[in-house]
Order: sequence, then structure tokens, then C-alpha cells
Amino acid sequence: MFMFEKALAGSRRYWIWIGVLLSVILVGFLAYVREREVGLAITGLSRDVPWGLDISQFAFCVGLGASAVVVVLPYYLHDWKAFGKITLLGEILGMVAVFMAMLFIFVCMGQPMRLLNVILYPHPRSLIFWDLLVLSGYLLLNAVITVTLVSAQREGVAPPGWIKPVILLSLPWAISIHTVTAFLFSGLAGRSYWATPLLAPRFLASAFTSGSALLILVILLLRWLRVFDVDPEAVPKLARIVTYCMLINLFFVLVEVFTAFYGRIPEHMEHFEYLFAGLNGSYNFARYMWLSVFLALASLLVLLVPGWRRNPRLLPLACAFAFVSVWLDKGLAWIVGGFTPSPLGAVTPYTPTWPEWSIVLGIWAVGILMVTVFYKIVFSVEAAANAEFVSSALPACGAAHPGKAA
Amino acid sequence: MQLSGGSLLALLGREAATALGSSPRPDGGQGQAASAARQYAMVIDSRKCRQRPGCTKCLDACHQAHNVPYIEDPGRKVDWIWEAPAQDVFSGQQSPYIQITLKNEPVPVLCNHCEYPPCVRVCPTGATWKRETDGIVMMDWHRCIGCKYCIVACPYGARSFNFLDPRPYIKHLNAEFPTRREGVVEKCNFCAERLAEGKLPACVEACPENAMIFGDITDFHSEISKLLRARDTIRRKPELGTQPNVFYIV
Repeated sequence: MFMFEKALAGSRRYWIWIGVLLSVILVGFLAYVREREVGLAITGLSRDVPWGLDISQFAFCVGLGASAVVVVLPYYLHDWKAFGKITLLGEILGMVAVFMAMLFIFVCMGQPMRLLNVILYPHPRSLIFWDLLVLSGYLLLNAVITVTLVSAQREGVAPPGWIKPVILLSLPWAISIHTVTAFLFSGLAGRSYWATPLLAPRFLASAFTSGSALLILVILLLRWLRVFDVDPEAVPKLARIVTYCMLINLFFVLVEVFTAFYGRIPEHMEHFEYLFAGLNGSYNFARYMWLSVFLALASLLVLLVPGWRRNPRLLPLACAFAFVSVWLDKGLAWIVGGFTPSPLGAVTPYTPTWPEWSIVLGIWAVGILMVTVFYKIVFSVEAAANAEFVSSALPACGAAHPGKAA
Repeated sequence: MQLSGGSLLALLGREAATALGSSPRPDGGQGQAASAARQYAMVIDSRKCRQRPGCTKCLDACHQAHNVPYIEDPGRKVDWIWEAPAQDVFSGQQSPYIQITLKNEPVPVLCNHCEYPPCVRVCPTGATWKRETDGIVMMDWHRCIGCKYCIVACPYGARSFNFLDPRPYIKHLNAEFPTRREGVVEKCNFCAERLAEGKLPACVEACPENAMIFGDITDFHSEISKLLRARDTIRRKPELGTQPNVFYIV
């Protein structure tokens, strides 16, 4: 496989990490095998809550996928040189996140072996058709981009000219994947929590918040591990992007709350009430929702004060807070909130079961493994290219000396 | 032919829906021209239904006829027709002055075979579709990929998912009708298989009070059309624009 040998040579630390990830994947895989034997009865899903953790993780991961835009756009359209070294990392992160999103869809299907029916009997009225189209297109675009850029680096040549339009195409494409994913929910008249035109913009804002926060954390981790470092300007710039996106995200949420509660629209209020205060004695999501609000505000506090934002200890904390805040809202509660109360007014509590958590963790481990391996290839190629540059420069110097001596 | 305002609208609506690309499949057995398309519908007289408290004859007849599994766990239950309290069935159409007795009275609920079914719109494979010849919202259990999007889209909770293999839970197997497997969605089919034999739906036939009236609402002279003109009826969640074809006398 393409430069795959680079991923097979690593330190002891690297192999321990790979081993840990593989065992988490194995547990998730076994849980999935069990789910295929028993059926979705193994999950906490029910008649009233037919989608759960898997689909909310799907929405969250599509968001992470789309957020590659936060580095690719400033670098290619606005020539922000500081992002030069991290655009590739952002693209890989986005590509892997989209792959994870597809896995999350796959594991929640009742008849996964019939997946190809979506292609054999295409029904373009269904948003799932379009989602499959844009997600696989995005995966392909990013695969082509990353492979081309890394190959060029290995050969020590400039990337081919045709890659630039492909990269530019990936920008609106990234917006499209999260827009179509939002339409999947906002096009349903009967689900008032989701049926809001604000959903696609809100999804994008929360996606860019979590995506840029994650990228900062990844960069800081790589710096701490001493495997990679970036332009000193890159992290402060990304931190500013997290700040703006988090503010926009919160603004959008408050706009929704205003419409529901000032307008006193019962079917809009009841979902918020369920999530934040509980309905009919069922309030198992309230603590997570309030935790999400607290984390969002705490991260904003750090991010808004310039001195704190530059503090190398506080910044990762703020980014972790922002990431977890969005994860709790979008990756956990978002789907359940839309289902509760049900069309017949029933409040059916949903608690993900251990097999569900195992499958979700397994897919996250697949994603982290892919990112590890791809980053490893990128760093190895870069290191080799640098070494080659040095060694090819040295004989030239050496050749100059004899000439001088003669 | 004389058309009432309602059925003219329905007719135009169907034309528009066809033009917009809903993909109804012709029913092989019927051989009806598209111009002769019918729309089957049902009127449920909940007043008559209340005459027999505790009666579940329509439910039993349906579930027996269609091999619907009997699963007790409410989260895993499969229902084609079931009973729910009136206040939940007609949520949004309530008033504090409505008779107290009516609020918790059970009302039979089933698939509404909507004029504009959201489930059909969202299905990625066409495993559920609105049949052109008679307006029944059908299902193909062999094509369903179990994505559950139709369950999510249905504003009436009329669709059930087979969370586990339903076959061990079938009380009395009806060899005339297929069983389903784990991982697919199912729902009421207005007894398409019985209609093809010229019979009435099982629930309609089983009702001792004749509380369910079934027929073609595009036929001006049908019993159901006359009843709909004579009596005031309501539908579930009319504000969503799905145009349900199950009407209730409350």
C-alpha cells in the first residue's frame, strides 16, 4: 500500500499505542458481531427512540470532517503561511472523521448487508442518498489531496498544479457535507426540535468549534511528544477561530431558545424542557446539558481574555472544554432530545448500553488509529525529505572544497 | 362525474405528487388505469368504539392476519394498529373543557396512508412507497435496509422496527401471509392482500360495532364519502400537511 511501510517502523511507545487501539477496536468489533446475532435489541434504542448514540456520533463526526475548512481555507484562499504545515494534518483529520461518520451509520442499520440497495435503487428524494453521495465524494477528494501532497513531498518536488482546484473544490464540499447532514434532520416537519432553518448554520458553527479545538489539542500533543512542531503563529490563530465559532454557536442556541420560549410554542419548548429540566420525571440528560453549558461558558471565559488564551496551560483546558461541550450537546443529547417527547407525547428514557458504548469506542479507536498511522507516514516522509536535502547538499559542499584546494 | 371540493383537491394533490416524482409502483394484480386511481381511506367512529370498553377485536384480528409478533417490552413492541389515549392521539386539538371521559379514552391508531407521506419521501431505497392505484402506503420488507429513517419521519409513530427476530413471538402463524425478520421496519398495509381478494380489512371486518368504515374516497357515492359529507371528522396533526386518510369521529 501507499507508503505504508513507513507506518511499520516505530518506537516502542508507538507500538504500545497501536496495541492499545487495536484492543479497543477488537472489543468494539466483538460487540458489533453480537449486535448482528441478536439484533438491535442489544442497544438501548426503542420504538420511541429509534436513533441514538450512533447517529449523534455520526452528526458530530461529519462536523469534524467539515472543519478541515478552518485551516485549508485561510491557507489556500488568504495565504496564511502559519497554517502551511498543518493544512495536511487538518485534511487527514477531516478525512478520517468522515470515514468514522460512515461507520457510525453502518453499525446502526438493521440490515447492513443490504446497504447497496441505496445505490441499486437510488431515491434522490431521500436525503440519505445525497448524504452518501457528498460523504463519499468528500472522502475521495481528501484522499486524492493528501496522497498527492505527501507524494510530492517524498519526491521533493512541488505538488502538481491540478491539485489546487481540487483543494478549492473541497472547501464548498466540506460545507455541503454538514449542510446535507443537517437537512437530514431539519426536513422533518414532525420533529419540531430539529425542524429549524437554523440547524445547518448551527451545525457548522459547532463543527468548526469542535474541529479547531481538536486540532489545537492535536498540535499541542504532537509538540509535547516532540514529533512535530508548527509555526508559533498557528496555535494563537486557531484559538481565535475557536473563540469566534463558540460565540456564534452559543448565539445560535440562544436564538432557538428565544423563539421557542418567548413565542411559547409548546412543541418547540418541550424538547428543551426535557433536555434541561426533565419531563415526566425523566431527566437523565439534564446534568449533561448543564455540564455542556458550563463547559462552553468556561472555555469562552478563557478564550476571551487575551492573557489567558495565550497561557500554555489554560489554552488546552479551554479547547478540551469546548470540544467536550459540543460533544455532549451534539454527540450525545441532540438525537434523543428530538425524540422526546414522542409524537404521542411519551417520554421514553434512552440509556446507551455497554455494547453500544463498546461499538462507539471501537469506531473512535479506528479513527485514532487511522490518524496515528497517516500522521506517522507524513512525519516519516517529511523527515526523510529533510535528511535527503541535507545529504544531497553536503557532497555539493564537499565537491566545492577539492576545487578550492586545487 | 361530480367532484366535491375535497376530492378535487385530493385528485390535484396526487397529480402534483406524481409530477414531483413520488414513485408509486403499479399494482400488478389490479390492472387499473392511472385515471381510475382510487384512494382508500378509513373513518373511525370513536363514539361507537367506546360502547365496548376493553374490546381489542380489531387489534387481535389485524395482528393475527399479519403475523405481527406479540412482544411485551414496550420499547421492542411491534404494532400495526394499537390503542392510545385520545389526548395523546389528538394532541394540539385539546381544550380544557373537553369531556374528562374522552381524555383518557383509548382510540385505535394505525398508519394514516397519508396523501403526502413523509416516510415515503425519506426512504433511501424505495422500500416504502405510495401505491398509485389505491393510495396505500406499501412496504417491501426485502428491500428495507433498516435505517429507521421512516420511523423518524412519521409524525404518528405508526411504524415499528424489528429489534429482534419476530418469529418466536408470533402466537398463531398465518401461513397465507409472510413473516418478517430482524432489522426491518413494518406497519399497517390497509390489508392490501385482503383487498386484492375483494375482502374488507381485517380490523374493519372484526369490529362488532361497525365503528370502522373503509372505502374509496375518490368515489363520490361510496359509503365512506357519504359518511364524510354527513359527519364532522378530525384527523391527526392536520397542521403538518401530510393529509392523513384516517378520519375520526370523536
